[in-house]
Order: sequence, then structure tokens, then C-alpha cells
Amino acid sequence: MRKTTLSVAAVAAVTLLATACSGGTEPAETETSEPAATEAAPEATGNLVIWVDENRQPAVEAAAESFTAETGVEIETVVKNFEDIRADFLAQVPTGEGPDLTIGAHDWLGSFIVNGVVDTVDLGGREGEFEDVAVEAMTYDGQLYGLPYALESVGLVRNTELAPDPVPETFDEMIAQGRDAGTDLPFVINTGGADGDGYAYYAFQTSFGAPVFTQEDDGSYTTEIGMGGDEGYAFAEWLGENGQAGEGVFSTDWTPDIAEQEFADGNAPYTVAGPWSIAMFTDAGIDVAVEPIPSAGGETAAPFVGVQGFYLSARSENKLVATQFLTNYMATPEAMQALYDADPRLPAFAETAEAVAEDPVVAGFLAAAQNGAPMPSIPEMGDVWEHWNAAEAAIIAGDAEPQEAWDKMLADLDATLTN
Amino acid sequence: MSIDNAVVRESHARAWEGTGWGFAVKLVLMAAVNAVGLYIAWSAWDVEQWGVLIGSLALVAVADVVYFSRRRLAGKYILPGLVFLLVFQVFTMAYTVYVATTNYGTGHNSTQEQAVDALLIQNERPVEGAPTYPLTIVEGEEGPGFAVVSETGQVLVGTAEDPLTPADGATVEGDRVTSVPGHDVVGLPALLADPALQEDVLELRVPVSEDADDGSYRTREGTRATVYASSLDWDPEAQTMTDAVTGTVYAASDDGEFVAEDGSSLPVGWRVGVGFENFTKAFTDTNYSGPFWKITAWTFAFAFLTVATSFLLGLAIALLFNDRRIRGRTVMRTLFILPYAFPAFLSALLWRGMLNSNPDYGIVNSLFFFGQRIEWLTDPTLAKLAILGVNLWLTFPYFFLVCTGALQSLPTDIEEAARIDGASRWRQFRAIQLPLLLISTTPLLIASFAFNFNNFVIIYMLTGGGPRFTDTSAPLGHTDILITMIYQISGVQGGSADYGLASALSIIVFVVVGLVSALAFRRTRKHEEVL
Repeated sequence: MRKTTLSVAAVAAVTLLATACSGGTEPAETETSEPAATEAAPEATGNLVIWVDENRQPAVEAAAESFTAETGVEIETVVKNFEDIRADFLAQVPTGEGPDLTIGAHDWLGSFIVNGVVDTVDLGGREGEFEDVAVEAMTYDGQLYGLPYALESVGLVRNTELAPDPVPETFDEMIAQGRDAGTDLPFVINTGGADGDGYAYYAFQTSFGAPVFTQEDDGSYTTEIGMGGDEGYAFAEWLGENGQAGEGVFSTDWTPDIAEQEFADGNAPYTVAGPWSIAMFTDAGIDVAVEPIPSAGGETAAPFVGVQGFYLSARSENKLVATQFLTNYMATPEAMQALYDADPRLPAFAETAEAVAEDPVVAGFLAAAQNGAPMPSIPEMGDVWEHWNAAEAAIIAGDAEPQEAWDKMLADLDATLTN
Repeated sequence: MSIDNAVVRESHARAWEGTGWGFAVKLVLMAAVNAVGLYIAWSAWDVEQWGVLIGSLALVAVADVVYFSRRRLAGKYILPGLVFLLVFQVFTMAYTVYVATTNYGTGHNSTQEQAVDALLIQNERPVEGAPTYPLTIVEGEEGPGFAVVSETGQVLVGTAEDPLTPADGATVEGDRVTSVPGHDVVGLPALLADPALQEDVLELRVPVSEDADDGSYRTREGTRATVYASSLDWDPEAQTMTDAVTGTVYAASDDGEFVAEDGSSLPVGWRVGVGFENFTKAFTDTNYSGPFWKITAWTFAFAFLTVATSFLLGLAIALLFNDRRIRGRTVMRTLFILPYAFPAFLSALLWRGMLNSNPDYGIVNSLFFFGQRIEWLTDPTLAKLAILGVNLWLTFPYFFLVCTGALQSLPTDIEEAARIDGASRWRQFRAIQLPLLLISTTPLLIASFAFNFNNFVIIYMLTGGGPRFTDTSAPLGHTDILITMIYQISGVQGGSADYGLASALSIIVFVVVGLVSALAFRRTRKHEEVL
């Protein structure tokens, strides 16, 4: 008796649900008979949530408005600290509290992938509209995750008053010219103080043919350390020769602010710096030119390129809408230009990059970035920095024999990565 | 006796019968409490957090019983405190203990279900060289389907069961299909307005041909269809992932990973319990155990020396400035407190710059050490001294403040009696002032010890733990204390995070701090017996 009542109730509930569902789809069906009419009068539905930092919020907001006007889908932008997004995205996506889309840096991708929080993005064959290095950076194991939008890399910044000629092809020639300039220092570079800074020195390292990780033919990184062998030793020796115990071209006394200050004070004709430092130099009255970094070891000096872009959450409940917004409303010249205007970073969208390259400084950094290689996004990279920086600092300071310090670093990395 | 007692203990709350303003206020407050509690319960229901749901309902029920009952007077006073203790302390600790027994960290971020989803997402790839068609969504009797316009201008329609086949009588406008006999065409705006249909469309795979290996059409945003092929097959029954290309079978393991027979594993894992593995790892892993003991010793030394030096300096200056003969005491006292008024992380950064070993940049070497090059931050011993010195500079004003207050509140008659009895100045200090002072300052000394034991800011901002140990591969250094070691190992700032290990270490640190504080507080009782 009880059972029958229950099953009757169940049937009733299912019927109700079914009517409710069909009730929901019916208007859509009737509307489709007149597609033109529906396009004019879209109905508001699901919300899309995007995490974005304060600087770029207005640009995303602008793209969101045109999206809402055309499709009726409301978009909510949530302003977060850029630095917090990585950890918050990792923690909140699995709980269902995360956003549908978020802005982020490409080197977060590895941990996003092994933690299963990002989905792939299909640009529908439009990859060619972006700078190659940007697409390469956002690609992991052959799949594109995220829409790249901005690039950044360091370049060689020259004080045009102290060094009027274009930067020579090799590091040694540059140092010779720097000494001729008669300033306190021939060259200055951020060494991260006693901690070391492998990032700033990376272009010199690659010019010896010693990338951090070996690369596949398609540019993706393997987990195999590429800094070992004769190339790595050659770079280590070179650091030592030019370090405090040698020529004294490099010094671990240079923290980022000291390096910037020395150049801004006109105490050095050349420095390696990123676009973020340019405002400080020009404010100090220095006329700068930006060029690709000269080679120290004979090969192309490829600095690390960092790429920023938009990621799609693996647990988004509005993936179709989110992808629609990303590929058809953000990957447009207007939206990309708006992003550049909101926060001037080198655009990854080729058309926008071309438009803003009229500024010689921007063009210089673009040229430097096009020489570069994406910073590895594999999770193993996070374990490399600490050991790598420390080894370089010890060599530059003259505290350790170059080869020994390099071997110690390789052994430490081996121990850490296989752990 | 007992009757008398009962009369005496009759509380004013119980004696009072009225339902005046007080009751109204109570009602409003309790309504607010209930509303908040029920809102939390409702949100918990929404996200299926049953523990939070039960907890919040229980707390609301307890609050209602306690405050609407005429008895339970003690409960009315202590309940808010108890609730905060439960929510902010006990819950956090219990959660930390829980995390410490799991492998939560990079690669083990969530549940197995989510890991499976992520792996399937990552391994469904666009087939190289396959065409992308402009797509229109259609709905037929068997649910949604894809309608595309081929290169030759022909309309092809397919569903989950049927590969794309030419549809007769369909009309096309540009590259969009506008009508298909037997199907309803769904425009993009209608699609974007219908979340349920979006789900169906995203899940729809239209096979390219009868052969499943050819892959299937799928759309990501509703207007383009591309051929994708999946290279992993999930078998929920057997709990295995099979690589469709190589045939390798990955089985779910107890470690929260899919592992093949040859030991290789798939990148995404999930969170599983690992018992006490994290606790034993801290002591047995040679990478950590060596530095662990050195760091523990330095942590104790750092916390103890900081408290001792800053207390002694603060006390000495307080004694000095307690003398009425000194002029401009107020101004001087204010100046002494200044270091305490700056945010510690800012001061630490400033000191870091001032301690630069190059006298051109570091003001300390150029002003006080005749422009000598002294490696304050890179020599192990000097770095420790620098840390202690800067922390002394930061902390002594606090003890100066505390001691000044305590000195001023000491009874002057005892000192006067001592003076009349002919006690020397030193004797007065040793036998009277110091013991009296310690009664009020010892709890602060213990608190300061506990604080410095976990003083992350000064270490992180001044030396970052460096200079590094050269005898281990762990990224740890001579000035790291336990809390910065946990931070390094947990990898929150990048790299591979290991929250399980970090939680286990936090618990060890908690136990140590707790023990030390308990022992020290027990000792303070002896001081109180002086009175």
C-alpha cells in the first residue's frame, strides 16, 4: 500500500519535472522559427563570473557590456589581486566556488593542469592571429589552454646619451663600449641581491645553449634539465669570470631597485630591464632605446617570455557561453586594444601588436620577446628557481667555484625533481 | 542550609518576570542570530557541505535553548565565547589535522571524480588537419544535433547516433543553416539563453563515421564544429583509464593516482588519506630531517634571544627614564617607541637595504664600519646576528613601554622602606623592583616568545631564510625558522605545493609552542607567590 503511494508520488514528480523542463525549452523552440526576431530581443539568463585584476577590469568590463547587449548574458567581473589568483583558483575551482574565466599568467598552467582545474580553449584555427611565442606558451602537451593576450620579456635598455650607437652583437663588445662611456659601471643588471635572479640573466644563459629544461621540436618543455653538460659549465664559468672575483661586471649587491636606480642615475649606459621599468627611467630624464639582448655565448640570446591570458575553469557550468565570450568577444582587435589601453603590456594579438609598435620602445621589447622562449609552465619549474638563483648568486659573488656550484645545483635539482 | 543557599543563589534574571524592553532586544538579537545561522545552513545545503549544515543548525539550536531558557545562567555568559572558540580555533585545528593525514597538494587537489573529468578533458584533442565547419544547432526527436554547411555548400545533419549525412530541402543563409526539415533550428541567442540545452550541446559528439576511431564532431562555443578524438577511455567499473593509442592501462592506486604497470602515472591525481606518513616524513626524509633539527635549534635560540635581549634593553631604558632627574623624558620616551610604530615588514625591508654589503649601497657598512665590506646577509653567523639585531630594534620599544608602565605602578612605600633599611640601589632593584616587575611582565614575555617563535615576517623580509645550507637539496637556509621552513616546503608561492606535509609540520610546531608556553606559565605561578 505504502509502496504504491510512493511510486504514484514518484511518477507525479517525474511528470511535473518533465513538464517543467519542456516548459523551459518551448519558448526557445518557438523563438527559433524567427531567428531575426530573437536576435533583437535576447533574454537574460545565466551569469558568467570572471576574475580579473584591478588594472584590466575596465577593459574586460567593456567587452562584457557588448556581450551582454548582444546576447543577454550578464557578466560579473570580480576584482582580485593578480598574485592571489593562482592559489585561489586552485583552491576554489574544485569546491564549485571558482569563476568561469580568470585572467592569469602562463607559467601557472602546469599546476593548473596537474590539479585538474583548467579546460582547453579552441580558437577554431585562429592561432595564427597571435604571436607564435604566446600561443606556444599557452600550449601544454599539444593542447591550447587559455586565450593569450599579453607578452612580457626583458630587453636590453640603452641610455642613448651615454651610448648613442645601436647595441653591438656580442656581450663583450657591449661591455667594451660601456667602459668607453666612462661611467661608474659599464653595465648593470638586477641580480636579485644575494638571492640571485636567473630570470634576468636567462638570455645570456640561452646564448650558451643551456636552457633550463630541454625543449621538444614544437617548443614544449620536457622535464629534463637542459642546463647540464658543457654548455651549462661554459655559462657558469662565464658568470664567474665576470663576477665579483673576476672582471666585476656583475655584482650580487644589485637588487632590482638598486639596478634601476643606477641606470636612472646615469651610472651605467646599458641594463637588462623589462617594460615595467621604463617609466622610472624616462621620469628620471633618461632617453632610452630598447633592443634585443646581445649574445654572450654565440647563440641567440633568448630571454624568458611571460604570457598572460584568460583561462577557462574545468568546472564552469557555463562553458559554452564562456568560450563564446572568449573567442568571439575577447579575441577581437577592439577588446585587445582596450586591454592594451587599460594596462599597456605587449599585445599577444598580432594586429594590436602591430598597431602599438609605432612606439619604438614597444617595438624594441616586441623584438626582444620574439627572440625569446616562453618561461616553462611545467610544475617542475617552481622547484627550479630557488636552486638556480642561489647557484648563480654564489658564482657571481665568488663564494663558490663555478663548476662546483653548478654541479651542486644540478644534483639538488635532480634530488628535488625525482622526489 | 540548602534552602538558604537556594534563596541566596536565586538570580536576578530568574526573579525578574517582566517582558519589557530587555526581552524585545533579546528577541531581535536572537532573531538575527537565527537568521544568520539558518542562512549559513541554507548555503551549506546549496554546496552540499553537510558538516557545516549540521554544525550551524546545532549551534543555532543550542543558542535558542540557552537564551530562551530561564536556567543555564552560566551558559548565557560563556556561550558566545565557546562558539567563537569552536568556529575559529577548534574547527581550524581539526581541519589542519585532517589535511595533515592526506596527500593534499599539487597533483592531489580534489576528488577522484574531478580528476577523472580533468583527465578526460585534457585528453580529448582536435584531430590534426580535420576541417572546422560553421555550425548551427538543430533539435530533432532524438534531441539536439549538428547542422553544418560543407565546402560544397551542402547541408549535413548529424546527431549523437548518426554521423553527418546530407539533409534534403534545408535552406542556408551565408554559412548558417536556417531550416532543416524534421528539425527545429536553434539560433545562437536562443542557445545562449538555455543552460540546459548548452549542457546537451557541449556533451554532444557527432561521430565522423561508423568507425569510432575517426573521432567525432564537437563544439566548444556553439558556432563551430571541429573533429576531436579522445585518447583516454575511462572504465568506472574497473576504475581504470586506458590509453586508446598505446593500449596502456592505468589503474587507480591507493596513493590517489592512475598508475600503469611500468610505474608511469597520469598527471592528475586526487586527494586520499595517508595516515601518519606526513609526520614521519618530516623526521625521516634526509632532505628535511637534517635541516629540521638545525632549524628547530635556531628557532628556539632566535625566539629566546630576541625576548631576552629586547626585554633587557627595554627594561634598562625604562629604568633610566623612570628617573625624575632626566630632562625631556616625555619626548625621549616617544622617540624610543617609534620603531614599534612602523609596520615590521617595512622596517625589515628597509634594514635589508641598509645592510647591503656594498658600502656604496648599504648605509650600515658605510657609516658604522668605515666603508668595509661586511657580508651581513650572506654570512651564516652575521646573518643570524643581523636578524637578532633588527628584531631587537623592532621589539625593545614594546618592552620599554610595558616596563615603564609596570615601574610606575610599583608601590613606592616598599622602596622607601628598603632605602631606610639601607639597601643599596642594586639590592633594591634585585630584591624588590625586578620580582614585582616580573609578575606583570612574565605572561608578556611568554607571549612574546610564542610570537617570535612564529615570527615569519622578519625572517622572510630580511634574509628570506638565507644564506642557504650547502649540505642539503631542500631550499632552506641558516636563518630559516620552523614557520618559514613550512612555508618553503608547502610551496604556496609556486612550484609543487604539499599542504599535507605543511599541515603536519604546523601541528608539530603547535605542539612545541603549546608545551613551552604551558611549562613557562606553570613557572610564573612561582613569581606570584612572591606577594
